[in-house]
Amino acid sequence: MKIIVTDYDGKIHELEAMEGWRVMEVIRDWGLDMKAECGGACACATCEVYVDDEWFKKLKPASEEEENMLDQVPDVEANSRLSCQILMSEELDGLKVTLASNSKS
Amino acid sequence: MTVKEISTDVIIIGAGPVGLFAVFELGLLDLKCHLIDILDRPGGQCAELYPEKPIYDIPGFPVVSGQELTDNLLKQIEPFSPQFHYNRMVESVEKLDDDSFKVITDEGEVFLAPVVVIAAGGGSFQPKRPPVEGIEAFEGKSVHYSVRRMDDFKDQDVLIVGGGDSALDWVLNLQPIAKSMTLVHRRDVFRAAPASVKEMHALADAGKINFHLGQIASLEGEGDQLSNVVIKTKAGENINVPTTRLLPFFGLTMKLGPVENWGLELNDNLISVDTEKFETSIKGIFAIGDINHYAGKLKLILSGFHEGALMAQAAKKIISPDERMVFQYTTSSTKLQKKLGVK
Repeated sequence: MKIIVTDYDGKIHELEAMEGWRVMEVIRDWGLDMKAECGGACACATCEVYVDDEWFKKLKPASEEEENMLDQVPDVEANSRLSCQILMSEELDGLKVTLASNSKS
Repeated sequence: MTVKEISTDVIIIGAGPVGLFAVFELGLLDLKCHLIDILDRPGGQCAELYPEKPIYDIPGFPVVSGQELTDNLLKQIEPFSPQFHYNRMVESVEKLDDDSFKVITDEGEVFLAPVVVIAAGGGSFQPKRPPVEGIEAFEGKSVHYSVRRMDDFKDQDVLIVGGGDSALDWVLNLQPIAKSMTLVHRRDVFRAAPASVKEMHALADAGKINFHLGQIASLEGEGDQLSNVVIKTKAGENINVPTTRLLPFFGLTMKLGPVENWGLELNDNLISVDTEKFETSIKGIFAIGDINHYAGKLKLILSGFHEGALMAQAAKKIISPDERMVFQYTTSSTKLQKKLGVK
């Protein structure tokens, strides 16, 4: 399965993903720049991505914990999510996200 | 002005788990430590980012929270009486003619020691700056990330952004002295003490503060004096809020900070070290934990503990080059047990 990631410069990357991996881990594993400073504990909000509208509705809604962390994103958008809280599964094959400037290291 | 000077054996920059455990390994070798940290308490990421979150890969602890690990480490190093200096950032590290080091903090204190250990994790925690054009120009005068003196906000048009305790506490504390008070948050849910939220709503209902759902779009002003903030509301419209003081509260993020100017060899924002002593490109300066880099590095707390143990041996050789070192175990050595205060 794959995810399609637009980086900070607008360049599009097609990344091979594995079932059960967090989208944050896939992005970092392929070497794209992402701060993700707490390492996936939903405790820092620096793995923020903007999810394409067609995919946003397919995701499980953000938990209260994730919403609380999104409060710490200065330029949060309606389609902002923390990529450490999105687990890869068959239904998300082809997921399109854009890296948010807040995640840049 | 007299400058406070402190001389010690080892200066540890960073009081996270790895910096704390280094005190233990250095202490067994009779080396005294001073720790400097930008946060107001020990624990580093464990205390700031995930105090309540479980950690499962500390040897001997099937599960331990960030705060418990910090508390246990503090107890473990108590016999060595480490000295802590919080709320300070190390600005510079300079090698002196006798090969010892002079460390200067942003508070102007001077520390002198033959060995410096950088255990600064992901760098220093600094407030998140909203990505609004030109905001830097207003910082210091009109834009603040914490309240140092309440007087700076007296008779001012204050705008606070955020939904946590810091945001709400300062709305409530500054409202009585401010000329006007506006709170902006992205949603109508707050992760703050319920009593504060209730009080804020009561002030809003009484017309004593303005509350908008939205975020900062742009800033207007002259020089470092802010005069207006444009808010993009959740409903999609732009509104003007006359503002002379802006307080954004978006939590902290880690930045490498001044470390990059100390002349150390870096590898992609990490400090290059050897794997025998975890020494940097400058003899006498060591780097342990998440901030270092070597082939095969894993950013795990347990790796940092191991690095601290080997670093301590090398530090001892620098400080007492002629002393014969005998490797001992805490289980069997009465000498080590005495140092630990075992009766």
